[in-house]
Amino acid sequence: MKLSVLVNEGPYQHQSADSAIQFTKAALEKGHEVYRVFFYHDGVNNGTRFAVPPQDDRNITHEWSSLAKEHGLDLVVCIAAAQRRGILDENEAKRQGKDGDNIAEGFRISGLGQLIEAGIQSDRLVIFGD
Amino acid sequence: MAEPWEDDELDGPVRKFMYVNRRAPYGTIYALESLEVVLIAAAFEQDVSLVFMDDGVYQIKKEQNTDAIGVKNFSPTYRALEGYDVEKLYVEKESLESRGLTIDDLIVPVQVVEKDQLAELMEEQEVILSF
Repeated sequence: MKLSVLVNEGPYQHQSADSAIQFTKAALEKGHEVYRVFFYHDGVNNGTRFAVPPQDDRNITHEWSSLAKEHGLDLVVCIAAAQRRGILDENEAKRQGKDGDNIAEGFRISGLGQLIEAGIQSDRLVIFGD
Repeated sequence: MAEPWEDDELDGPVRKFMYVNRRAPYGTIYALESLEVVLIAAAFEQDVSLVFMDDGVYQIKKEQNTDAIGVKNFSPTYRALEGYDVEKLYVEKESLESRGLTIDDLIVPVQVVEKDQLAELMEEQEVILSF
C-alpha cells in the first residue's frame, strides 16, 4: 500500500512524533511504500537540527534523518508553519534575512500543496496528533 | 507570481477530502492553520467538504472580537471560501444546540446535519483531516 504520514505535534512535548516514527518503520518493514511524511503545526519542530535532547533519551530528529537516509523518505516541513516557528533552510534564511538555518538532514521545506498532493497520491493518509 | 513551493503538479483523480474542525478558534493555532490548509487545497480542485463540530462551531460564529486577546480575528476569511468553490459546509446539529447556537449565529451558510448523517458523510470520504 502507498501511505503518507502527517505529523501535527512537536517532538517530546507529545507522543505523536514517536508514534509516527514507529508507524513509519513498521510500514516500511512490512513492505509498504511511504510516499511522504509531512510536518504541520508544531510538528515542524521535528525538523530542527538544533535540538539537543539529553544523551540518555531518544533523538527524534536523528531518527527521522536516519530513516530518510536508509529508505529515501521524503520528509517535508510546511513552509507557513515553519516560518511562524523559526524553522529555516538555507534558502529561506537568505530570503528572510536571517543569520542562519536549522533544518535537519533529510528534511526539506515546502508548501501545503505537498500535503494535499500526498492525500491525492496515497492510498491512505495516516495522521498523528491530537 | 507564484512562489516556487506553490507550483505543485496537479495530477491524479479528484478525491473526496473532508476537513473536520473540532476546536475553538482561539486558544490554539489549529483552527487558523486548518483554514490555511483548506485555502491552499482549494487550488487542487478536489471534492472538498468542511465540518464544524464540538467547539469548532465557534470558528464560524458571528461577531467575533479578539481585541482584548491581541490575536487576529480571522473569521472573515471563512466568508471567502465560497469564492474558492468550497461550498459544502456542514455543522453538527448536536454541537450547535448544546452550545445554545442556531444557524442565525453563523457567518457563513451551512448545512446542519445530525451526528448519524455526519457519520455517513465521513464514511464516503477518501481523505479526512481533523484539526
